[in-house]
Amino acid sequence: MNEKPEKLIDKKGYRLDGRKIDELRPVKIEVGVLSNADGSAYIEQGKNKILAAVFGPREMHPKHLSLPDRMVLRCRYHMAPFSVQERKSPAPSRREVELSKVIRESLEPSLFVDLYPRTGIDVFVEVLQADGGTRCASITAASLAIADAGIPMRDLVVACAAGKVDDTVVLDLMDTEDKAGVADVPVAFMPNLNAVTLLQMDGILTPEEFENAVNMAIEGCKKIYDLQKEALKTKYMNVKEEVEE
Amino acid sequence: MPTFFEKKQLVTPGELLAEGDYVAGENTYAEGNKIYASRIGLVDNDDKKVNVVALRAFYVPKVGDMVIGTVVEIGFNGWTIDIEAPYQALLRASDVLSRPFKPQNDELSQVLNAGDLIVAKIASYDRAHDPQLTVGEPGLGKITRGQITKVTPTKIPRVIGRKGSMISMIKEETGCQIILGLNGVILVTGKNPEDEELAIMAIRKIEEESHTSGLTDRITQLLKEEKAKREESKK
Repeated sequence: MNEKPEKLIDKKGYRLDGRKIDELRPVKIEVGVLSNADGSAYIEQGKNKILAAVFGPREMHPKHLSLPDRMVLRCRYHMAPFSVQERKSPAPSRREVELSKVIRESLEPSLFVDLYPRTGIDVFVEVLQADGGTRCASITAASLAIADAGIPMRDLVVACAAGKVDDTVVLDLMDTEDKAGVADVPVAFMPNLNAVTLLQMDGILTPEEFENAVNMAIEGCKKIYDLQKEALKTKYMNVKEEVEE
Repeated sequence: MPTFFEKKQLVTPGELLAEGDYVAGENTYAEGNKIYASRIGLVDNDDKKVNVVALRAFYVPKVGDMVIGTVVEIGFNGWTIDIEAPYQALLRASDVLSRPFKPQNDELSQVLNAGDLIVAKIASYDRAHDPQLTVGEPGLGKITRGQITKVTPTKIPRVIGRKGSMISMIKEETGCQIILGLNGVILVTGKNPEDEELAIMAIRKIEEESHTSGLTDRITQLLKEEKAKREESKK
């Protein structure tokens, strides 16, 4: 399982899990899964299973962290000990602290931060099962949870990664492709505003490959965005149907 | 100058609603000459103003609003009140006592204790300061009897109904007094708990079906049926 496969893409151009080069993993999204949170969402992207919960806006605790002119967004990305092959220590690792920051910074541009000064929003992302690309799936779910909490926002944020395995640029890397591949480019995107809120690159790409990967990731984002909207609407669908009567 | 929606369409945050000579109303925002939704809800426009009726929102204090809150803490010269908003509200002791407050004479916990519910009005609130409450008007103050139910703050107008038709109908049918806190907390006081439960059931029904038309009639019927059922079981 942990050995590097010889070839990540076969002669016919199919990947290890049978996907095409520009194909996403199957995505399933549900909104409003937690009753105690102000907003919540659950996403399954391939073998990834991630839960996001949002609390607030509420008074900041501890109080000295609140800002007089704006709302504070706090994020906690955490992987459950059973989310990976080898048990992971539940204590936040260096990687989790970094991802918390990355997720926070990719969500913040979508919020009207100056609307509710001195308050805070807490976003909790819990990875129940991980299979590569969790930061992207987390951003997608967290953004939905914020919308579900009724917090005004500019647009939903969607994220998707592209990368290079063997010699080809492919969409939505899974764990083995990520580890055995050459490069990984996660992109978070606000489709209606056509704005990128997160862009990272891990590995080596030529400028052409990089551009290709970013465009491919943005195309992937747009596909997930449709599912995201659909999921949000599903929760409130009964309302819509009643109106149409 | 096109619009991109049908009336009462369900929209998600970020959806482009209109372009050109339009004004951003509730739960929308303008970027250049384009108008986008900022919350999930149902769109509508009156003339040039585009509004989204939010399906999910939280209460934001406004001066003059009547709210129902819970005492969470007793301070040096007043109370901290939870009004189900992003900010905690303050109620000053001198406002409740209607005379200067002297710490050596007055024990605050004997006036209002933690956990007590109060009906109050928002006296002042702005970006820089937490809302301050007042109970210095008739009908405001500590709640001594009745039952509490909560609805999403955006649905309070629906509970009131057109020119108060819904709320006055429920009051009449159940014989209960109903106080609506604009923060989504509702106090129902009746002659007996059964009447109160009837009124709460009606309010719950309104929250569930808040976007249907002809709701007032259906609630009237529901209350009448329910009352008849209860008469029957008593016999």
